[in-house]
Amino acid sequence: MFPPLPNPTVKPTPAQFGEQDLIRRSASNVAPPARQLTPVAKLIDTSKCIGCKACQAACLEWNDLREKVGFNSGVLDNPLDLTPASLTVMRFSEWINPETQNLEWLIRKDGCMHCADPGCLKACPAPGAIVQYSNGIVDFDHDRCIGCGYCIKGCPFNIPRISQVDHKAYKCTLCSDRVAVGQGPACAKACPTQAIVFGTKEEMKQHAEGRIKDLKSRGFKNAGLYDPPGVGGTHVMYVLHHADKPEIYANLARDPRISPIVELWKGVTKYAGLAAMGGFAAFGFLHYLISGPNKVSEEDEKKAEQLTGSDVS
Amino acid sequence: MTAYDVERGDAIHPGKPVTVDRYTGGARINHWITATSLVLLALSGLALFHPSLFFLTGLFGGGQWTRTIHPWIGVVLFFSFTGLFIRFWRANLWKAEDGTWLARLKDVLTGHEERLPEVGKYNAGQKAVFWGMSLLILILIASGFVIWDQYFAAYSTIDQKRIAVLIHAIAAVTIICVWIVHVYAAIWVRGTISAMTRGRVTGGWAWRHHRKWLRELVGGKERRS
Ligand code: HEM
Ligand code: SF4
Ligand code: SF4
Repeated sequence: MFPPLPNPTVKPTPAQFGEQDLIRRSASNVAPPARQLTPVAKLIDTSKCIGCKACQAACLEWNDLREKVGFNSGVLDNPLDLTPASLTVMRFSEWINPETQNLEWLIRKDGCMHCADPGCLKACPAPGAIVQYSNGIVDFDHDRCIGCGYCIKGCPFNIPRISQVDHKAYKCTLCSDRVAVGQGPACAKACPTQAIVFGTKEEMKQHAEGRIKDLKSRGFKNAGLYDPPGVGGTHVMYVLHHADKPEIYANLARDPRISPIVELWKGVTKYAGLAAMGGFAAFGFLHYLISGPNKVSEEDEKKAEQLTGSDVS
Repeated sequence: MTAYDVERGDAIHPGKPVTVDRYTGGARINHWITATSLVLLALSGLALFHPSLFFLTGLFGGGQWTRTIHPWIGVVLFFSFTGLFIRFWRANLWKAEDGTWLARLKDVLTGHEERLPEVGKYNAGQKAVFWGMSLLILILIASGFVIWDQYFAAYSTIDQKRIAVLIHAIAAVTIICVWIVHVYAAIWVRGTISAMTRGRVTGGWAWRHHRKWLRELVGGKERRS
């Protein structure tokens, strides 16, 4: 068992990281920070999750969000998808294991993965609306968000949601406000089975190793850690009993990476586009300098007068 | 002889100099609404296109407003341009001499107009701008709707939106380049701008640049074919 996070002091504590620790900032360049924070991670062990949704409730509670009263769609997923208020949802999948013919109930806590190479941040056009700290947390700054929805196109995990009320993008913050004062995310705190644990990324990887060994000893020979290299690894990781088949967990991406279309849009299109517009303007400017205006001559006017009979009146 | 491409309202006023009516009041208002919306679209769109241009959002009251208003201006542009299209498409149909004119683009740029074929109301360059704008506006409105998340997010998949935003950005850059050509031509070829401000040009301008049109007007074929 990973030791539970100690209860924090109730005395006000200054934030342990902030602006000075940014390694990426949307639509801006940042100077490399003076120090490197220890990378943190949340580990979600799908084999331990009982689907109680305490994490969902804790997330709403801590972030002071309220989900509209919905309706039962006949499945346990509720709400059915992430929303601007539900920054995490449990996704339930029923899967028949072809080897054992057992029905397995797979429950995955969905939400932002805090990618090391975040597609949302790459796509965002608003300076500073998305930031990444050197501890790995990817956070949205709502005061700067313009509600364009580009982050949705950039994200390989389909995570951000735009509010129809204030037209800003919302997603899991990894409880950056709690982490900044030495606490763990609210969901990890609330989880009754320790299916969600939080610590440094190194600790989480080690802890996952133990869990995977245990699962293997119990016949889950493909148990493994989900820390996809296509996005540089993530700061929210899963222990999966069937790590060879991530898609059975409500379509968890097998090899997520920033879409090549997004790379093209945010890469060469921008430079080629600016160069093309600049090129056309420069051509016009130079052409004018060299050839001067194309003026109508006296003779042209005379010809027109002759043609129209104006010269004989 | 059937009318070549004289439009309604085109007329000659003999005198010294001769003046030629080229655009009706309606056509000019229609043109300037289109032009204003295109410029506002380019500015608001470029603000999101590249971080170095994000400051342009200041012109529209900030990022949220820029994002909100851009697609609506797009709708205005679409309807306004449709008006221009209905007015001008016939005179922009491709004619035999247009190929020759285009092949001699070098003579156009170096000011050897005597080597060019006589052309009607529009030369091949103007026609290319017209058809280019028409096609690009169609592409922009179609791709624009796909990425208009405030109202239409539910009608396309994220993959479709990724393709749409790429197409939108490329089409936007292209139409801005076409626009630069269009504006430069109007400035470079003196006497052109008055066609869209006061609605008329001088006879000499028509003789020099659109002789076939002028001849036809003189021939009295002042009606629609
Ligand atoms: C014709 C109807 C049009 C519609 C419905 C439309 C819609 C949109 C939408 C929804 C966006 C995303 C940002 C936002 O939500 O505001 C956008 C971005 C953009 N639009 Fe348009 N637009 C139209 C026409 C144009 C035109 C004519 C231009 C250029 C002159 C243009 C240039 C751009 C640019 C440069 C971007 C940013 C693309 C990027 O970030 O790479 N748009 N447009
Ligand atoms: S919706 Fe907000 S956070 Fe998302 S890309 Fe646009 S400005 Fe950035
Ligand atoms: S999962 Fe999506 S929203 Fe979260 S950091 Fe990665 S790209 Fe951004």
